[in-house]
Formats: sequence, C-alpha cells, structure tokens
Amino acid sequence: MTSFDAIVIGAGHNGLAAAARLAKGGRKVLVLEAAHAPGGATRGHEFAPGFRSAGLAHLVNRLDADVARDIGLDLSGEGTLLPTTVLDGSGKAITLHGAYGESIAGISAEEEAAFVALRKKLIFQAGILKRFLRRPPPQIGAISLGDLSTFAAAGFGLIRKGRSEGRDFLRMLLMNVADVSDEYLSDDRLKGLLAFDATLGIHLGPRSPTSLLGLYYRLTGEVAGKTGGQFVPSGGMASVAPAFVRAAEKAGVTIRCGTPVGRILADRGRTSGVVTRDGTEITAPIVVSAIHPQTTFLSLVDPAESGTGFVRSVKNVRSYGNVAKLDLALDRIPTFEGLPIESRHGRIVLVRSMEQVERAFNPAKYGEFSSDPVMEVTLPSLADPSLAPAGGCTLSALVQYAPYRLKAGWETGKPAFLKIILETLERHAPGIGTSVVAANLMTPVDIEAEYNLPGGHWHHGELQADQLLINRPTSAASGYTTPIEGLYLASAGAHPGGGISGLPGWNAARHILSAARL
Amino acid sequence: MNAMTKSAAELRRAARDHILAPRLETPFHDRLMALSEVNDWYNWAGYKAPHSLFDSELEYFAIRSTAALFDISPMVKYRIAGPDAERYLNRLTLRDVMKLGVNRVHYTAWCDDHGHVLDDGTLFRLGAQEFRLCCQERHLPWLLDSAFGFTVDIREETEEIAGLALQGPTSYAVLRDAGFADVEKLKPFDIAAFPHEGSDVTISRTGFTGDLGYELFVQRAKALSLWDRLWAAGQPHAIRAIGYGALNQTRIEAGFIVANADFVTAEGSLRALRVRMPDEIGLDWLVDPDKPNFNGRRAILDARRNQTLKHILVGLEIEGNIPAEHAIVYHRKKHEAGLVTAAIWSPTAKRNIAIASLERPYGSKFTDDLWVEIYAMRELKYQKMMKRAKIVPRPFVKLARRTATPPGLT
Repeated sequence: MTSFDAIVIGAGHNGLAAAARLAKGGRKVLVLEAAHAPGGATRGHEFAPGFRSAGLAHLVNRLDADVARDIGLDLSGEGTLLPTTVLDGSGKAITLHGAYGESIAGISAEEEAAFVALRKKLIFQAGILKRFLRRPPPQIGAISLGDLSTFAAAGFGLIRKGRSEGRDFLRMLLMNVADVSDEYLSDDRLKGLLAFDATLGIHLGPRSPTSLLGLYYRLTGEVAGKTGGQFVPSGGMASVAPAFVRAAEKAGVTIRCGTPVGRILADRGRTSGVVTRDGTEITAPIVVSAIHPQTTFLSLVDPAESGTGFVRSVKNVRSYGNVAKLDLALDRIPTFEGLPIESRHGRIVLVRSMEQVERAFNPAKYGEFSSDPVMEVTLPSLADPSLAPAGGCTLSALVQYAPYRLKAGWETGKPAFLKIILETLERHAPGIGTSVVAANLMTPVDIEAEYNLPGGHWHHGELQADQLLINRPTSAASGYTTPIEGLYLASAGAHPGGGISGLPGWNAARHILSAARL
Repeated sequence: MNAMTKSAAELRRAARDHILAPRLETPFHDRLMALSEVNDWYNWAGYKAPHSLFDSELEYFAIRSTAALFDISPMVKYRIAGPDAERYLNRLTLRDVMKLGVNRVHYTAWCDDHGHVLDDGTLFRLGAQEFRLCCQERHLPWLLDSAFGFTVDIREETEEIAGLALQGPTSYAVLRDAGFADVEKLKPFDIAAFPHEGSDVTISRTGFTGDLGYELFVQRAKALSLWDRLWAAGQPHAIRAIGYGALNQTRIEAGFIVANADFVTAEGSLRALRVRMPDEIGLDWLVDPDKPNFNGRRAILDARRNQTLKHILVGLEIEGNIPAEHAIVYHRKKHEAGLVTAAIWSPTAKRNIAIASLERPYGSKFTDDLWVEIYAMRELKYQKMMKRAKIVPRPFVKLARRTATPPGLT
C-alpha cells in the first residue's frame, strides 16, 4: 500500500489548493472526498432533467492571483469583468461597470461623483486589510518578524495618505454599512446594493454594528488585478472545480472520491492519519482538514483528544447560514424590466433600498424568513449553454434572509419561501412564472445536507469581527495549526474566510511547508 | 390565597426564597449547634460550619490522641456515572483513572486547557462505571462541557449526601463498636459500603489529617442517626466533635494543600499571574504523560520542556516558635522569593512549619539561605523578626498508624 506524507480531507477548492501546494512542495498527498465528485461547494448537479446547476457559487470575485499562478490553475475569462445591475422594480436600472462600478450608468453625475469618492475610500481601506489575507494571522505571544513587517506595512499604508486618512480608517473600520452609505450617497438603490453586498452570507443587517466589514471583505478580492471585479470563467462556473482538480492532479495529488472520513486518528496530542468510514486506516504524519472546523473537532477527532476549553470554543463558533440558493429551470431567457440586454450576463441585484435590506433582516433575528427578500441573480446558462437544453435557460439566485434555524421549520417554510421568491421575481421579470420548468430551492438546511456544511454556512462560520484573524475559527486554532500536532485547518473556516479565493488552503499548505523547513 | 391570585412579583419572590437563608445549614447542624460552646462559625462554600466547637487546642488533640468527628458535608460532591465515565474522568483529571480500582479512592487534580489547576480533590470509584468526585469549588459547567462526546451522566449531590470525617487513633475502635463489621479490612484508600438504618453508608479509609481515619457518606435523611450511632459508640473512645481550626493544623502537618488557600484556582483567579500549573503547587506527581490525552497535557509538558514553570511549592521549617502565616520569604534576607501560604507551630512535630509558594529559581535552584519575615502583632505593635527557614520534605508529620492494616485500637 502506498504511504502518503499528507492527507487532505475534503476536495473543495481549498482542499485542492492545499493539496496542490503541498504536492508542489514535494509531499505525497492524498485527498479524501466524501461526495462522489470533487469540488465541494463548487460541485454541480442536475436539478431537473436537462438542467444543471454549477453549485453554490455563481460568480468568482476573489480568486487569488498568487494562488492561481502558484498551483497552475488554468481558468480563463478573467479579462471580461461582469457588470452589476441594481433593479428596484421601477424599470430604471443602475449598472455598475468594470470593477465594482468603475463607471456607473443610471444615476446622476452628482451621485456618481459621490460613489466614486466612497469607492476610492473603501478600496484604499480594504487594501490595508488585504495584506493580512495571504499569511497566517499573527499569533499572540509569538509574533514573528513577518508579522511585524506586515504590521509596519499596514501602518505605513495607513499614514501614506496623511493622518486624516488614517484616522478615517480607524473611525470607519467597525462602523455599519448603513451609516457609511448615508454619509456619502443619496440614491436608495445604490445604498441598497452596498447594504446587500456587505451583508450577503452574514447574519447582520446593514444597520448592525460592524456590518461594513462584509463590504471590506468583498473589496479585498480582486480579479485580473482589479479590486472588486467579478467574472465567470470561460465554460462557466462548472469549469472551476475541474480546473482545481487538474492543477492538483498535475502536481501529483491522488484524489479519492466517495471516501468519507470517519475518524481523524489522534493520540496524546498527535495525529497519525485517518480512518475512513468503511474502516480503512490510512496513516500520514500530516492531516489537513479542509472541511468545516466544527465537523473536524466535534465529529472526526475524538473529543477526548481535545481540551474542554477548546471543544467549548469550537462549539461556540457561530455558523448558521442565512442565505438560500435557488436554481430555476426556465424554458426561455427571462426579461427583467429595465435590464440592459448587454448586462444580463452579469450580476443582477434585486433591491430597492438599504431599508429594505434592514427590514428583510429583522425577521431573521427571530427565526423567520424575509417576506420581502433581497437577492442577487445570475443566468448561468448564458455563459455555459451546456447547463440548459437548447432554448432553455437557468437562473441562479442567492436570496436572503433565510435563517438556518427557522422557527416554523423548513419543511413547511420552504414552499412558502419559494412562493415569495417567485412572486418577487415575477414583479421584476413579468411572465417568468409561466416559463419555470422546475425550481430547486436550497435552504441552509439543504445546503448543510448537500455539501456537508454545518449550519449551511458557506463561510464555515460567521465572517464577523469576533471570528476573524486570530479568532478564526477560534484562537487556539487560528494559525492553521491546531492543538493536535500534525492536524491543520484549511477550509473557509480558517483565515481569511470564505469565497472562492483558495487562500485558506494555500496559506495552510505554505505554513505546513515553512514549519517543516525550520 | 392561591397561585392564581398571587401577583407575579409575589411568585417571583417565593421562587427566590433561598435569599432568606444566605448560610445553609448542613445535615448535622442540630448536633453541631448543641455541642457548640464557643459559637465560632465560618462560611464554607455557603454553609455554616464550625471553626471551633469548644477549644481549638483540645480539638486538635482529639485528632491526634483519640477520635475526632468533623462535618464534611459542605464539600462539593459530584456523581459521575455511565459507560464512558472512566474515559471521561481520564480526560478530565491528571492521574490515570484506568489504574483506579473499584472501591478505591485517589487524590487527583484537574486543569484547564492551559494546564492551570482548576481544583484538586478525591475521586471515589464506587463501581466500574460509577464515581464520586469531591472538591472545594463548584465545577458543574466545566464538568458538563467536558462531557461533550461522552456517554456519561453528571449530577451534583452536595446537598443530598452528608459527609463525616472520623479521624484519630481510636477512630477504628469507634467504628468497630458502632457495629461496622469488617471495617478493619479497609486499607488506606479502600472503600466499602455498610448497612445503616435500611440504607447504606459508604466508608472510605481516607482523610485530611495524616492520621488513621475514615470518611463516611450517607443520604441526608440518615445523617443524624449516623452521627448518633458514632457518638454513642465513641464515648468510651473519647470522641470529640471538632471545627476547621483543628483540622487545618493537622492538614498542614500532613503537608496537604487547600485550594484558594495555598493556591488560587484557575477559574477563581482575577489576576492573570495567580494561576498555577500542577508542577508549581507540588502536584507534578499526579501528572501522567503516558496515559491518554487529558486537559492541560500539552501545556504542562511544554512548560516542563521549555522550563517556563514560574513557581514551586515547598515545605519550610522555620526557627523559633512563632507561626509565619502569610510571611514573605527572602533569599539572603534581601531578595523576595515568595510567600508562606500556611504555617503553624506543630504540636506533634514540635517544629515551626510552613507551606510556601516560591518564585523559581528560588526553591528550585537556590534552596539555601532562605529567610521569612514574621510580623507578630503584640499589643498594637508589630514585632518584626527575620527567621531562618529551611526547605524540608512534606509531610512534616508521618504516622505509622495512618497506614497500619489492620488498624490499631488506640
């Protein structure tokens, strides 16, 4: 039997990025995936005869260029940044072109100038945070030279533009997106877009303290060197997972699908491999868990091998999803009122105002879904015609808010919520209802089941101030290392967080390789 | 007036009637109250407990010369049972519970993830899957959180189980005459159950005095009848009820430490530097690196390997006869080296003894030329004394009768 230097649990894009980096570092790597195909949340499925969904994500907006280059990811299409169109139901659209609205159509020149100023400020501030993304978070009590240089660079970046910019950064860092938008903007639709983007996938409303962090996080992502850009690879989102698989396999990684891990072996603080659910023991000195940290430590590692305090903190990681994913099979391409035809291959955000987002959040606090939800929509089959039969079309929507713990239960809640979503879509695209061939709504509970994601949370844990950096997922496991020697975390639950960036996996692998050199 | 007509405020008040009794009374309170000549009570974990009942010095000599009865009911007690109880306790505590036989007791301690001691106590193995953990502080949230992933049932039984310590050279004679047949077979740290009033009393050969002695646990309802049974049988053996003052003297002689007296428990400390690892309070011998993982293991072994242990607990013998309680310890009369946490003139050892917490390298590398500065208040004036102190092994008093089996009668 072949022996491996490292076992990676989970063939999501982070697991594959970690595996590829480790393999390029000379390690013999085995990736174990529970599902029958790799890709994790980017794994597609047929949701109606002839109609396929490309998975949870329907856009790429933060794939890290260094990661892609380093592991040899062959994805193209970056050159075409997709627009974002805001539709409020009035038939008058706002379209942000280029990278997060380098130019905007549909608003007054005055408002555009205000948006340009805000965009510049936010991108500058996000840039300061960005330098922390590509390295392990600093470990309190063991600050390294590299940490100091990052701090110094961040500090320099802060004062580079003068003291008042530095002060403004510290003032805004933990503000809410609503107050910041109000300071700069007057157009409700634009404010609604910022509110939506800041809170998508996070259990916060725009008026919740620190909600601006979500927008910063989005703006730490870039595409083709452009901050805030978004694209769909040539061949569609369904080509993302295969690209990561090719990169990993080219680097020499072995990937075994349909092989769920039952247990991570650990004895007196050290791992020695895994036991698959069918009872096969596979040993390796390094185990990289690229799945949810709670699954890792509450299900796979015997709790006796962790400290009580550590188990307590892992249990306390907040990881309840709040977004539902809708895939619609349509017999024709829908027509959204006011949507310019050249923008329909981009992102469409259905939001009237910041207040609508806030009011949509209110019921989520009490375990109810929004009766007037906000959502972002794409038409995936436009980029990848193989997703729908000829003449047909697929629609993908991320809808919030849809709390994981729905008081009434999702069994009865799901049809009711689907009805509300379809009615909302009907208002924006009259006639769409009659063209629906099939609808597949995935609530966070469905997402949890389909992708083995506790809480159905695609960030593997709330992306909020208390669960970032040195506290992601929890302080004792925040630097990819864990209290169990040889066991590392590499999923979105680790720093810097979710989205298709590849960074948690890649950072973890680099950390493992650099530790081995010491 | 019934519940329907009572106002919400009244109902709320009724549900909080515990505030009317800020000091609980133990199951033996009636007997203690009747025997108390000096009315000298103190607060033990929320219970009214005697500091002394008639004369601390005579109570001390009851422990060392005859038989002393001490109410340990306020001790916090947990019942831990279930198929994973052994595995659970092995992860929770420092010693190897797999080596603890049924009907045996061992002294142990437990730590948080950082290796800081949460408490020490005694673990009673009442059955293959049944344990009782006795300690000073309350730990239910910690014990329950530790149970994640284990099939184990954890219950606090402090209130429902009454406890008595019967200590001293005639303690066996008292039990024998009280009709506890075969109790002489108990070796130190053995447990056995004996019938009492249609119920059971659990007797272990354990104690906190370093003397021959036993601890008895019984259901609360049977507490007074047990007391009376011992009291009647004990008369010819000069049984005395005692308070904590006397017990404390004997525990210092025996070299035992007390949580939140000789060290600050990790959950109780307000200041970051007050926490202690086992090796810093003389409990290094409890740590078993070879057994399966346990809370604090990595931190403790790291601290040993990296030599980052900051403190050490030592026994001191001090010249003169003035107890050095809470005195500062100096090296070469000049450099502050630590603090005396407990000290007495030992009537049995005839020595002035103390337990002290020193800051390494004092006590580890520098063990000579230690001094304690004693402030003795004499009629509103401190007499300051710098007395030479010598590190000596604990226990300060070692009695052959503590371990002799079968036990002696006098």
